[in-house]
Amino acid sequence: SCRLFPTVREGITCGDIQPAAWRDRAAANMSQQAVNGVPARSRVLTVDNMNPNVKRVEYAVRGPIVQRALQIEKELKEGVKKPFSEVIKANIGDAHAMGQKPITFLRQVLALCAYPELLEDNKFPEDAKNRARRILGACGGHSIGAYSASQGIECIRQDVSQYIERRDGGIPSNPDNIYLSTGASDAIVTMLKLLVCGEGRDRTGVMISIPQYPLYSAALADLGAIQISYYLDEDKCWSLDIAELKRALNAAREHCNPRVLCIINPGNPTGQVQSRQCIEDVIRFAKEEHLFLMADEVYQDNVYAEGCKFHSFKKVLFEMGPEYSSTVEMASFHSTSKCYMGECGFRGGYMEVINMDPEVKAQLTKLVSVRLCPPVPGQALLDLVVNPPQPDEPSYTSFMKERTAVLSALAEKARLTEQTFNTVPGITCNPVQGAMYTFPRITIPQKAIDKAKGLGQVPDMYYCMRLLEEEGICLVPGSGFGQREGTFHFRMTILPPTEKLKVVLQKISNFHLRFTKEFS
Amino acid sequence: MPIFSQNQATTAENLYMNATRRGLPKEKMTDNGMMSRAKVLTIDNMNPTVKKVEYAVRGPIVQRAVELERELSEGMKKPFAEVIKANIGDAHAMGQQPITFFRQVLALCSYPELLSDSTFPEDAKSRACRILQSCGGFSMGSYSASQGIDSVRQDVAQYIQRRDGGVPCDPDNIYLTTGASDGIVTMLKLLVCGEGTSRAGVMISIPQYPLYSAALAELGAVQINYYLNEEACWSLDIPELQRAVNEARRYCNPRALCIINPGNPTGQVQSRQCIEDVIRFAAKERLFLMADEVYQDNVYADGCQFHSFKKVLFEMGPEYSETVELASFHSTSKCYMGECGFRGGYMEIINMDDDVKAQLTKLVSVRLCPPVPGQALMDLVVNPPQPGEPSYNNFIKERTATLSALAEKAKLTEQVLNTVEGISCNPVQGAMYSFPRITIPEKAVQEAAEKGQAPDMFYCMKMLEETGICLVPGSGFGQKDGTYHFRMTILPPKDKLQILLNNVKEFHQRFTLQYS
Repeated sequence: SCRLFPTVREGITCGDIQPAAWRDRAAANMSQQAVNGVPARSRVLTVDNMNPNVKRVEYAVRGPIVQRALQIEKELKEGVKKPFSEVIKANIGDAHAMGQKPITFLRQVLALCAYPELLEDNKFPEDAKNRARRILGACGGHSIGAYSASQGIECIRQDVSQYIERRDGGIPSNPDNIYLSTGASDAIVTMLKLLVCGEGRDRTGVMISIPQYPLYSAALADLGAIQISYYLDEDKCWSLDIAELKRALNAAREHCNPRVLCIINPGNPTGQVQSRQCIEDVIRFAKEEHLFLMADEVYQDNVYAEGCKFHSFKKVLFEMGPEYSSTVEMASFHSTSKCYMGECGFRGGYMEVINMDPEVKAQLTKLVSVRLCPPVPGQALLDLVVNPPQPDEPSYTSFMKERTAVLSALAEKARLTEQTFNTVPGITCNPVQGAMYTFPRITIPQKAIDKAKGLGQVPDMYYCMRLLEEEGICLVPGSGFGQREGTFHFRMTILPPTEKLKVVLQKISNFHLRFTKEFS
Repeated sequence: MPIFSQNQATTAENLYMNATRRGLPKEKMTDNGMMSRAKVLTIDNMNPTVKKVEYAVRGPIVQRAVELERELSEGMKKPFAEVIKANIGDAHAMGQQPITFFRQVLALCSYPELLSDSTFPEDAKSRACRILQSCGGFSMGSYSASQGIDSVRQDVAQYIQRRDGGVPCDPDNIYLTTGASDGIVTMLKLLVCGEGTSRAGVMISIPQYPLYSAALAELGAVQINYYLNEEACWSLDIPELQRAVNEARRYCNPRALCIINPGNPTGQVQSRQCIEDVIRFAAKERLFLMADEVYQDNVYADGCQFHSFKKVLFEMGPEYSETVELASFHSTSKCYMGECGFRGGYMEIINMDDDVKAQLTKLVSVRLCPPVPGQALMDLVVNPPQPGEPSYNNFIKERTATLSALAEKAKLTEQVLNTVEGISCNPVQGAMYSFPRITIPEKAVQEAAEKGQAPDMFYCMKMLEETGICLVPGSGFGQKDGTYHFRMTILPPKDKLQILLNNVKEFHQRFTLQYS
């Protein structure tokens, strides 16, 4: 017998994310068919009869500009002459691709786990071998090729909760509340999926910052949930204002059911680090307004500015006393992709859920079981991140040296980026307090805006496309993250090695001046 | 009980009221009279499609098995010394050793300093170099292209071409995935649209691998069941497909037909003729074909051979090969490698509309990329050591040992289970499971009903408690009404499998006696 399920509701986006090149393409395709008018046997699956939610998904970080960058790379390889010799992909926070070296200890343990015969090799330090033995001991058949528990390997979840306890000054963390994931993205989408329900005006609304990391808008489009945009205050270093949260929420209550508040701290793409006070205010707001909190804390080690410090939502929540710590529902996310390790390719991550209803938690556990388990090498890597070499262990000194080198270089590059951009007329840049990106505001002359319009492009997309074609630098236009109407930005990662970063900054500055002159 | 009332405010005056109402969740009175606020997220207001998801392979019986393991390790007395998890096709967990060559290359990729270690063979080093060269910054720690590393996709395309006797394969049609599951769910997601009787329907076999039913539940798509014929070794009949699609057209829009070959949980291997018939059926009924071929190397029975849907499609001529839309799935988790933990896989799409393909590429980009170690492993599977390379002999030896042991265990399982009265078992022609039919006495069916359990769940739970053997009840995969089965993997080492089969046998006899 067949089962009928309630239908998925189409989502409405109330944010200001710019219109879709994809949609234009679909329209072009339709009109083409109309012009041809030939009833050639059409395909089973066409852009007109595919999942409409998928069509609404947009992900600028890997959008058309990146596709063009790949094309240009191919052209360069084929010997096509360009005004530059290489494409620099500053569109994404991909540390190793930018030349950052992996942390030796992490990779030694991974090699030992992959090929345990190496445990006999005396080139490997004992602490690396011990970690590998412990991980393998927790794997079925002592192999990272076995499936793990769907929630993640138990001893790794224990290590994660101990890490959280240390980080948060002793606030208890229960391994049962830890879910290992395939990068943080996987867990964020899973949590959002749990929260989506209702139809029409009862449809779930999710508050996300503007600018935002477009995984959020993409996931909401895919799930048919309502995006509720709250704006960060660019004039105050992208800070979060409770009055703005309130405004956004009240406006949204007229057309949907707001249930979730997402925060990215340190901020992506905006690089701000939230103050402890601000986090407290947000938690109070979430409690008052009965919202589920999602704290994206993947850049928790990436804090550079003087006077700034990372405060986890969990810690602040518990310091606010039981009135909050025993009621406010929260999920917090972390990953192996950022911080000092930058191991994006392994897709490791975890989430901690707090105050989640036990029945819902059982549903969550069931849901993740369908995908069997997160990749085990990523789980192993996460274990090393939360349980790194200790002072009395042989790898400690070199581990600390490598870690510190990466983090202090990043701090230097954050400052360099801000300083350089702020010398360019028409570019203003907030300090990069944390994370891995700068999101400067750019002045685009009216004539360039008109030109972009003529080409059917968003002005900052036009700007970034020109920069790519002329300088070989790949950035993401601000419109891919959302921005106040009439303002334009781009996101650039600060990850290139200092010398290269200097060149990149110089090239962008030159381009900006040229561009401004051309259109004034 | 829903937290928010359902009345719809439509007038402007009501908007304000409505906003206020929505902001204030109901206070909940608890037993001790305290006002406590209900959670934001409860079982009543969570995503209803998630609640409908079921995945028996890791369901309640497995949770109980994990509990039992814990109890055993805490020294609790049980009628058995260890829990044997025969519920899942997890080769390494059952003691199968990884293929040396694969793990050498992965170690080299993880820690490239080993490239100067003379104990590693040259072919492993050259594979590792090739993989690292196609990684950003020569590191597996960088993101890859969302569709997967270029050179790996090229190797996959060449593998498919070799496998299919030269039928061309375009690397642009290859998408690397996080295990096959990821590719399958992504394809289903693309296909789902429409409302009410226009809602997309997807045909899946019964018994099926429950990833399909779970994904359909979550996507809110309509599941269309077609039954495999147990009496004819779980074969697929076209008239049954026709019956299922005709009935389904009354209440949904059938758009896709999913086939698992070799079959999971049923172990049959489809004949070339049958595949041709299925393709013709899909063309006639305008269905998108999804071919789950993750067990393509796992064929054991004499006279059986794996035929890929792609190859058969192209041998049927342009009328089919240029029109029938097909996605086929493969993975690193099964076959002779059994590397489940790496979550490697790929899908090949054929005749997909260009605009849809662009949407697919966009959709996968949101998740950035499949895990790179899994991609590297996939590369080794499709590009293993060649004759003349230093690792060739050892690789073939390991591969052959695993596959011939599996063939032997497939036969053993069928033979032993068929000696038990009340158990009948089709030959395990391929894949990694046996799905025998079991007779459950009426008294046991009644007792199960009293407990609110499916009879085969009751049976499997009892077996777990008494013998420590963890199987999955047939009801988790679907079965004809009134019939009962379980799925058991044939993966345990032979001597252990022998013991396991004997224990199953004795349990079944005891159970039958107890309830007759």
